[in-house]
Amino acid sequence: MIDALFFYLFAGVMLTSGLMVVVSRNPVYSVLFLILAFFNAAGMFVLIGAEFLAMLLVVVYVGAVAVLFLFVVMMLDINFAEMRAGFQKYLSLGLVVGGILVFELVTVMYGDVFSNGSLPIAIEIANTTQLGGVLYTKYAFLFQIAGLILLVAMIGAISLTMRKRVGVRRQSIADQINRRPEDVMEVVTMPSSKAQNKAKAGAGSVDHE
Amino acid sequence: MLDFIMQDWILDLGWIVAKIMVVIGPLLIAVAYLTLAERRVIGFMQLRKGPNVVGPFGLFQPFADALKLMAKETILPAGANKVVFMVAPMLTFILSLVAWAVIPFGEGLVIANINVGILYLFAISSLGVYGVIMAGWASNSKYAFLGALRSAAQMVSYEVSMGLVIINVLLCAGSLNLLDIVEAQREMWFALPLLPMFVVFFISTLAETNRAPFDLPEGESELVAGYFVEYSSMSFALFFLGEYANMILMSSMTVILFLGGWLSPIDIWPLNVIPGPLWFIIKIMLVLFVFLWVRATTPRYRYDQLMRLGWKIFLPFSLIYVVLTAGFLLITDRLPAVVLG
Repeated sequence: MIDALFFYLFAGVMLTSGLMVVVSRNPVYSVLFLILAFFNAAGMFVLIGAEFLAMLLVVVYVGAVAVLFLFVVMMLDINFAEMRAGFQKYLSLGLVVGGILVFELVTVMYGDVFSNGSLPIAIEIANTTQLGGVLYTKYAFLFQIAGLILLVAMIGAISLTMRKRVGVRRQSIADQINRRPEDVMEVVTMPSSKAQNKAKAGAGSVDHE
Repeated sequence: MLDFIMQDWILDLGWIVAKIMVVIGPLLIAVAYLTLAERRVIGFMQLRKGPNVVGPFGLFQPFADALKLMAKETILPAGANKVVFMVAPMLTFILSLVAWAVIPFGEGLVIANINVGILYLFAISSLGVYGVIMAGWASNSKYAFLGALRSAAQMVSYEVSMGLVIINVLLCAGSLNLLDIVEAQREMWFALPLLPMFVVFFISTLAETNRAPFDLPEGESELVAGYFVEYSSMSFALFFLGEYANMILMSSMTVILFLGGWLSPIDIWPLNVIPGPLWFIIKIMLVLFVFLWVRATTPRYRYDQLMRLGWKIFLPFSLIYVVLTAGFLLITDRLPAVVLG
């Protein structure tokens, strides 16, 4: 009973915050609602016993990706009126795309993809172990390929945005670390204060600060 | 039948609430005395006395501070986004408390013994950045916003190396469960074979908690007080409490991952009669002392140096160490056994 209660709680909050992501006027609110939606999705993962996926969702999407989203959105200078002007123009297109997605979901739900009983989750073994056992043996090559695709995307992004600027003064960290006191300052042995005072008294002036 | 179930349910709930109280109560007192300890320790290191007037040895100072903060007026800046402004300190404080649910204080002494305990801790600690960003943005102030931006970049950067250090520990322990990780250190604490990772982890926790020498998000000399510059009274106090509770949390994480949790250093007579939770607390206090020691003795990092340390030194180093650890365990046939279905 409590499971069902939590399911409807998580599902309800997730759908509402999903809607708010689209409807919010302020883009920062949109991102904050997106984070709330991620959280509730993680809660649903916990409910079906997939605690590893739940934690991964929080670590990767909430802890890193959404932070960068928020970072960018907060720095943007957005004209809200201008943004809302396109709403009517894109409404029909949005409805078509949304309709197709709903149709696909319904066909999957009533098709025979999920009809062969419950999903195979063995409770006795921790699902971290299960995932690792499948991912690094049966699907090792696919896993490697996924990693390579991400690497290529990363290198692509760097090479697109990196430009060599001329005339920029850069710091040479090695030089900074290798700098020794002997290279830049001279240590002078001063005569003792007694001798100094004597010399100053001879000159006739002693200044105090 | 139904009221029988209901009764059971209420008993369970009461039991959980009692357990939470047993953890949170001492934690808040510890936070209060950590602020005092910080001022006293740094005072002695700098040849001052520190607060020593209120009560014997200044022991009532934290309560005087708390009373003062509660009596102050809560100020909402005119241009602030009110909802986000008020939610940010609450979020910081709540996040610093919920993580304690999975911390084991002794053999089996844990509120929630979950399979992915270490991932849960990692996830919660990575959420701490939201309180800071939201505070910085909602304050509608340049200093606060700059502090928040710095903090966001800093915490995301150091999380990466922290994650890789945790992978090193997991390779040796063979489990994500915190109780299992501590049990795996019965023969030898992970701080010894993974000493470089221990150092990297400790420095990363300093950066993660925004402590000196990585306290750029606050940066008194340049940003006034950084992200919480607009906060006053209780909302400021919540940030303050959250920061210190996070320090204690990160120390306990260090103790669990590297210093053998509740285990005694060596299993001989006078040491192993001391109960586990006491060992755990003693070790946390030692790590916290190092936190304060570092603050008293190191100057603040420059921002570009901070980023360089995180991305160009810690990240490659811990990545190489993961490969080395895995290779060593594989060659010497010490990889922990994992039962596959």
